[in-house]
Amino acid sequence: MPVEWIFGLIGGLIIGTAGAVFLLANGRIMGASGLIGGLVDGSGRANSNERLAFLAGLVGMPMIIAHVFGFVPETAVTGNIAALVAAGLLVGIGTRVANGCTSGHGVCGISRLSLRGIVATVFYIGAGGLTVVVFRHLLGVI
Amino acid sequence: MRNLFAALAGSLFGTGLLVSGMTDTRKVQGWLDIFGQWDPTLAFVMGGAILPMAVAWIYARGRNPLMGGQFPAPPEQKLGRNLILGSILFGMGWGLVGLCPGPAMASLSFGGPGVWIFVLAMVAGMWAAPHVRMRLDALNASA
Repeated sequence: MPVEWIFGLIGGLIIGTAGAVFLLANGRIMGASGLIGGLVDGSGRANSNERLAFLAGLVGMPMIIAHVFGFVPETAVTGNIAALVAAGLLVGIGTRVANGCTSGHGVCGISRLSLRGIVATVFYIGAGGLTVVVFRHLLGVI
Repeated sequence: MRNLFAALAGSLFGTGLLVSGMTDTRKVQGWLDIFGQWDPTLAFVMGGAILPMAVAWIYARGRNPLMGGQFPAPPEQKLGRNLILGSILFGMGWGLVGLCPGPAMASLSFGGPGVWIFVLAMVAGMWAAPHVRMRLDALNASA
């Protein structure tokens, strides 16, 4: 088994543990888009401190790992600004209209056999796959 | 205390994203690219994450959260157009550059200016989303 798969599995277990902590301690679903979106559109004003604390950990811990421990992961993010802006807008609008992303619908939804979580995951993976096929193999731009 | 647990969960989430390699956009696009060099890593990440989360959901039955309040209500069964349409839009953006909200936030400190441009556009999209949803609901109502 390639080492990347093993790291994937270990990292996944840590992500699931994060979701379990957030659920069992605070009674909340760990969905990245919902936690951010609620701050952006004001719908999460009632518990904004909790949201900010979560995001501080989400941004801060990788910062410590990268800049204090010197483990800087590769991201290989495209330099195509038009693609970045379009993708950001699509992700921002899409996750809020669908009420969830990979963490909320994917991890937290599927793990309790939520039909909505499963259907959302099928559609965003399908749309993502189609997008890569079109933009990489047909148009050759990504 | 709630904020401490939230920060702990966020820190674990960020650590898991780094360890799993999900901040590497090539791994995400590699998973989506079934006609290229297909990379199954994401399936291991998802499987690994769902395991402890499923245990947590089962443990939560008949109990209350440690910090008080109540656990989320059982999931809605209704799918609705917004769920499908929103997920399609999200998937398109996800495939285009290989970033979704969690990993984008996690790589803000080391991913270079591209990640910042993505996150700023994502925040703009999230700000616009309630208006888009209102339009969609109006369309659905008239259809």
